[in-house]
Amino acid sequence: MLIAPLLIFVLITFIFPISDMLFRSVENDIVSDTLPRTVVALESWSAESQEAPDEDVFAAFYTDLYLAQEYKTHTRLGSRLNYQQTGISSMFRKTGRRVKRFDTDVYTDQFEELDAKWADPSYWASLMNNERVQKQLPETASSYTAWRELMVEEGDNPDAETPEDFVYTSLYRDLMHLSENGASVRNADVRTAMNAVSGFESVSLKEQFIDAEDDWADPKYWATIKLYSGNYTPGYFLNAVDMEQTINGAEVKPENERLYGTLFARTIYMSLFIMGCTILLGYPVAFLLANISRRSANMLLILVLLPFWTSLLVRTSAWKVLLQQQGVINDILVWSGLIDEAGRLIMINNQMGTIIAMTHILLPFMILPLYSVMQTIPPSYVRAAKSLGANDWTAFRRVYFPQSIPGIGAGSILVFIMSIGYYITPEIVGGTQGVFISNRIAYHISSSLNWGLASALGAILLAVVLILYWLYDRFVGIDNMKLG
Amino acid sequence: MISNLAKRGKVLDSNKDTGFVVFDQVQKSYDGVTLVVKNLNLSIAKGEFVTMLGPSGSGKTTCLMMLAGFETATHGDILLDGQPINDIPPHKRGIGMVFQNYALFPHMTVAENLAFPLQVRNISKSEQQEKVRRALDMVQMSKFANRRPVQLSGGQQQRIALARALVFEPELVLMDEPLGALDKQLREHMQLEIKRLHERLGISVVYVTHDQSEALTMSDRVAVFNDGVIKQLAPPEELYDKPDNAFVAQFIGENNRLIGTVESVDGDYAGVRLASGDLCQALAVNCGAVGEKTTLSIRPERVLIGEAATSNTVEAKVLEQIYLGDHVRCRMSVHGDEEFIVKVPNAPGFSHLEVGQTAQIGWSADDCRALDMDIVR
Repeated sequence: MLIAPLLIFVLITFIFPISDMLFRSVENDIVSDTLPRTVVALESWSAESQEAPDEDVFAAFYTDLYLAQEYKTHTRLGSRLNYQQTGISSMFRKTGRRVKRFDTDVYTDQFEELDAKWADPSYWASLMNNERVQKQLPETASSYTAWRELMVEEGDNPDAETPEDFVYTSLYRDLMHLSENGASVRNADVRTAMNAVSGFESVSLKEQFIDAEDDWADPKYWATIKLYSGNYTPGYFLNAVDMEQTINGAEVKPENERLYGTLFARTIYMSLFIMGCTILLGYPVAFLLANISRRSANMLLILVLLPFWTSLLVRTSAWKVLLQQQGVINDILVWSGLIDEAGRLIMINNQMGTIIAMTHILLPFMILPLYSVMQTIPPSYVRAAKSLGANDWTAFRRVYFPQSIPGIGAGSILVFIMSIGYYITPEIVGGTQGVFISNRIAYHISSSLNWGLASALGAILLAVVLILYWLYDRFVGIDNMKLG
Repeated sequence: MISNLAKRGKVLDSNKDTGFVVFDQVQKSYDGVTLVVKNLNLSIAKGEFVTMLGPSGSGKTTCLMMLAGFETATHGDILLDGQPINDIPPHKRGIGMVFQNYALFPHMTVAENLAFPLQVRNISKSEQQEKVRRALDMVQMSKFANRRPVQLSGGQQQRIALARALVFEPELVLMDEPLGALDKQLREHMQLEIKRLHERLGISVVYVTHDQSEALTMSDRVAVFNDGVIKQLAPPEELYDKPDNAFVAQFIGENNRLIGTVESVDGDYAGVRLASGDLCQALAVNCGAVGEKTTLSIRPERVLIGEAATSNTVEAKVLEQIYLGDHVRCRMSVHGDEEFIVKVPNAPGFSHLEVGQTAQIGWSADDCRALDMDIVR
């Protein structure tokens, strides 16, 4: 009960956003939402045919795209599919501008010519209200319903407007279908129209699309649409591990396109390296702190904590000043004659910069748990070891060190987990060689807006940390960890 | 003193005169101003069990730590078997030590703990196992070889700590209040056990405690510490029966204290004028010259009542009685001191007193020791 407010707070600010983000890594309803008819029509098409889909797919695509460009959702879909297949974005944009000017107005004209009723909004409304007609003219019904929704969305009265060309196109296609099958139609007007359509002038939508954009004839783009037509996709995850989904299943990307594997590996080995550096530097400091008088220990502890009270950004920027080629350290080295002017060390905008700065920044997180564990080791243990005949080194190695391992464990986990997700420092001092996976995640969140990929990368990072944590528990034992 | 040890049937090494462990004018100061240990001289014979007894802060643990090598003497020499050991690091001294909280290594099993001193001495594996087994047998803990210290009770940990201090066969073992954390019954049991081991192995033991009954039960000699000085070094019975000074008289056992002024000194005896104006004959042990103040020390069980009281008699009023089975503890007003305790044995021939009653009491001059005015505690 008492922790309920905290629980709710954590739930709202932490669990929900994180699960939402993680869900984004597999979520993919944009294709089926934007191109519902196309997705259905594509089911009968196979990418292995090496040919563009047939007229039915293009007709469905025409309706979908017409509606999408009215709702202005086609560009979003274009950018989404562009993550998987470059070039699609511009195809959608280009075709979106053209789709309203397709030659499909010939159908509208011919129907209106056949019977003026077809231009009457109220006739359309009453016709489409008829269930039997809906069943016989499925495409038309779907197009008409979508059109009515669009009208309402735009604030127009669908009962006072003549339907758009794509509705007539659907009607033409439905009637052609009926007449080819020789179906019997009860409604007289529809029967008349059905008998007339075979004499109508027709327009190939496939040609219209290819005319607007050559690439629609290329089956690979259609393959992409078909691949990503599901509501969920492994695409982001595959991308995050340098693989891609092809018609032959998941495949490793060509070498020059691989990126994330290297980044993950670098993040992990550099984090391990930084962890090692903090152990090497932090252990003696913690040992000293634990073995001097409380007064001096508190003084020293303040020095350890001092960096905490300075902004992270300031500390990192300070390292930039110190480490750069014209920076303080190089100046001193040149001045003292240890290196010459030409041999100035490159210590920043590479992995070295990241390691130096992050070791410094994360050092307190190693020292503090170590110190708190060492404080609890009674001096009588080392004394006992010495009285039993162990020299200083043996007493340390066999008695003191094993008891300080819980502190090393706690500090290592803390430092490793913090560094594996570090962002600001690698961004500032890391250059291109010293950046971590989190910098890439941040890039996808704020610049490329590919949140799905960012989520997938984040999810993998989370999984890696959990696995390492599990391994640690397995081999060292989490009970062996003391944070204070 | 030597005759006293011999009286106890102790077989001592021939170098008892030089001493196996010798503190020679040792001083210790932590801050360079106050001396924690002042001019300590102490000689411990081989095979002897010496206890350092004293209130906390009296310097006894510091002495032990100097002997172990964890503290260095500011001045003076400590000799072990004739060798000055001031400059020898603790691990080369070969002294076994049992710590207050046992200091068993928590990350090692019992057997590993015991093998530790053997491993650092590069003793062969098979010999290690043999010695560990024998040491565990010695303290009847063989079944627990593979346990970790945390899985043992306090008493069991105590035995292991003891076995570990003995496993490498040191000639000298130091114990720093080793029984302090045990309950009374277990403590008494362990006292006997330690005593038995000491006698069987013939090792020298320096034992630090603030528990006087522990010191009296176990030791060959007890050094009573106060304020960095040994107030008295003597076998237990002498310490109780014949305290040298008021501090020891008060610290060991129960004691009645009367303050007076020395009026006459006649051989071994002194006449002391008490605050109440009465004169009292006492054994002149450690009192000053005529005219100086002195503390009279009388043990409660040496006070005689009624007919038996023939010397130093005084009328005493009974203020309070506590029945303790074998005796009755009786608080009386004697010579103006209202905290005067008399132990009346619950035995035939001893009359029963009532609260408020006045009785004649007295004591022999030999049981009344005129001591210094050292303490007011």
